[in-house]
Amino acid sequence: MREDGKTNFWLTAALLAPTSMWFLFMLILPLIVILVFSFGERAAVGGYAAGFTLEQYANLPSRLKAFQNTMVIAPVGTLLSLLVAYPLAYYLALRVNRRYKLILLVLVIVPFWTSLLVRTYAWIFILGGRGIPTLLEFIGIEGVRLINTPGAVLVGIVYGYLPLMVFPIFVSLEKLDKTLLEASSDLGGSPLKTFMQITLPLSTPGIATGCMLVFILLMGEFLIPAFLGGGKVFFIGNALVDLFLQSRNWPFGAAVSVTLVVIMLITVTLYMRLIMRGKTGRDESLM
Amino acid sequence: MPDHSSNSNEVDIEFRNATKRFENVVAVDDVSLSVERGAFFSFLGPSGCGKTTSLRLIAGFDQPSEGDVFISGASVVGIPPHKRPVNMVFQQYALFPHMDVAENIGYGLRQRSPKPDRQDITRRVDETLEMVRLSGYGKRRVWELSGGQQQRVALARALINHPTCLLLDEPLAALDRKLRREMQIELQTLQRDVGITFILVTHDQEEALSMSDRICIMREGRIVQSGSPRELYDEPLNRYVADFVGKTNFFDGEIIEARDSAITLKSESGQVLVGVQPKKAAPLVNGSRACVAVRPEMISINAADKNVGDDSIALHGEVMNRIFLGEHSEYLVATVEYGEVMVLSPKSVENSNRSFAPGDRVSLSWRPESVLVLGDT
Ligand SMILES: Nc1ncnc2c1ncn2[C@@H]1O[C@H](COP(=O)(O)OP(=O)(O)OP(=O)(O)O)[C@@H](O)[C@H]1O
Ligand SMILES: [Mg+2]
Repeated sequence: MREDGKTNFWLTAALLAPTSMWFLFMLILPLIVILVFSFGERAAVGGYAAGFTLEQYANLPSRLKAFQNTMVIAPVGTLLSLLVAYPLAYYLALRVNRRYKLILLVLVIVPFWTSLLVRTYAWIFILGGRGIPTLLEFIGIEGVRLINTPGAVLVGIVYGYLPLMVFPIFVSLEKLDKTLLEASSDLGGSPLKTFMQITLPLSTPGIATGCMLVFILLMGEFLIPAFLGGGKVFFIGNALVDLFLQSRNWPFGAAVSVTLVVIMLITVTLYMRLIMRGKTGRDESLM
Repeated sequence: MPDHSSNSNEVDIEFRNATKRFENVVAVDDVSLSVERGAFFSFLGPSGCGKTTSLRLIAGFDQPSEGDVFISGASVVGIPPHKRPVNMVFQQYALFPHMDVAENIGYGLRQRSPKPDRQDITRRVDETLEMVRLSGYGKRRVWELSGGQQQRVALARALINHPTCLLLDEPLAALDRKLRREMQIELQTLQRDVGITFILVTHDQEEALSMSDRICIMREGRIVQSGSPRELYDEPLNRYVADFVGKTNFFDGEIIEARDSAITLKSESGQVLVGVQPKKAAPLVNGSRACVAVRPEMISINAADKNVGDDSIALHGEVMNRIFLGEHSEYLVATVEYGEVMVLSPKSVENSNRSFAPGDRVSLSWRPESVLVLGDT
């Protein structure tokens, strides 16, 4: 029996090795490096000098604005993406003729074939002085400023992250047994009631997945705020770019990163708790 | 058979020349029928003949391309499902997976406006659970239930709304044979108790025959024949119906003489066959092809050397197989004239020392006035 247990141990270890390695090298090690850096000091010429000090963490309030912006705009952006993506996913999954479904789905991801950088750049022109504001002037609305506002950043976010939100919701609506909708209307449920009581609850896994994907990625976003927020609406991501690449204050940058990771861990844990609560279904999948 | 004399002749569901066309298929083709209130009515037919589509026209999931559908005397064309006083039990039950049993059953009540209060709903859900013998299962998740229990929840969820008519789309297809038999009896009892119209879709002729007051046999979207189980069994209008309802031996031939309803056929091997045409069937003409349909229980089986009466038709052959069925013995006989013929011989005859074993040479005979001559359509 004991012999058996041993072989099992090694077998299990061998089978787990690839995953463990992945976790170790891709996840744990970089995190440890950052953690160590965050307690160090800035070398005179920039970069990292060994040491142990809490000075970097004490300095965090100087980046409060970046934290505030991220913590407000990321959830709002996630919510807006959801509001825009859900009707689209609903339409694609339940209303479109099967023949056109695939084409329309592909159209949703076509923009992804070019870089987000280029596409976001395009928005600078659309929202910038010679874009929509000029058009508005034609109909007599003057002095509208769109670019470099939180609104512009949100537009960029919804645009850039839409497919990421659409797909999980589409999948869960696609999977939805359509006879359940007929059953509901047969039992007297109006279209609106059927949507609220059947369609929406049964697509929550897709909503949850989409929101989590978008939210996590948004917390680290820097490109969209840099382009569409000008210097005014900046995220933690922008602060990090600045700290690591411009001012080369690596330990402080590391401390900001660690704080971001901690905030994410807390939010995501709370979020998972929330959506898993009351979910006792045999279907534990996330979509 | 249930007694509906109290409210007979009142029509609950009616089709008038209803046609349903999908892109290139005609699923329901010019169907006219009426179902009396309180009847147990069945649509019977092979896969793809338009049974489900017919039910969906009543429930309102599909609208007729042409013609009209009436519920309680009023046309319902264009009225959406949630405004129709009928309820459906779906083939795969379609129970809501995110609700427990009680929530599923109470769903219909919660859609009403004004919404009944909570206690009222709970009380009626409990009553309905009791009716389908699931008391105490209210808090269970639906996927924890067995197939038969899910079936009963689906039934309860529909019946709690007191529909004027309950539509059942192959409700028993997913159950095993024994459970199926039990549920058939339960459904019949239930229908008698609640006294509402049941419209059942099935491709199982035994199920339709044993449960229904009236059966409508469909083929390729059209009604081939409708009537009571007895009528369909005793007086099928054509070969399709005879083949679908019960077991039948068919002997093909060409009509050489048609006098009134008495028809004489000649088979390819030269055998002369005689029979009568069903009263309501379209008349057959000389020279056309037809068949004689002989139910297995109408054939008597005798030793080959034994004389049979002159007016009987006789075939000769060898017993291939005998299956003992309790009250009957079923023989499969390879005949010289027509290949395999099935014979059902009752116990009383068997006992009087006339049973046969495989290999025995026998003759088969039946009385011509007891068999039907049927056309193909
Ligand atoms: N939504 C639809 N679109 C196109 N064709 C359809 C649709 N629904 C049904 N049909 C076609 O209509 C015909 C009748 O279908 P229906 O579902 O009524 O058959 P059925 O008698 O219920 O068969 P089964 O016993 O297999 O359930 C079939 O040929 C089917 O392919
Ligand atoms: Mg069907």
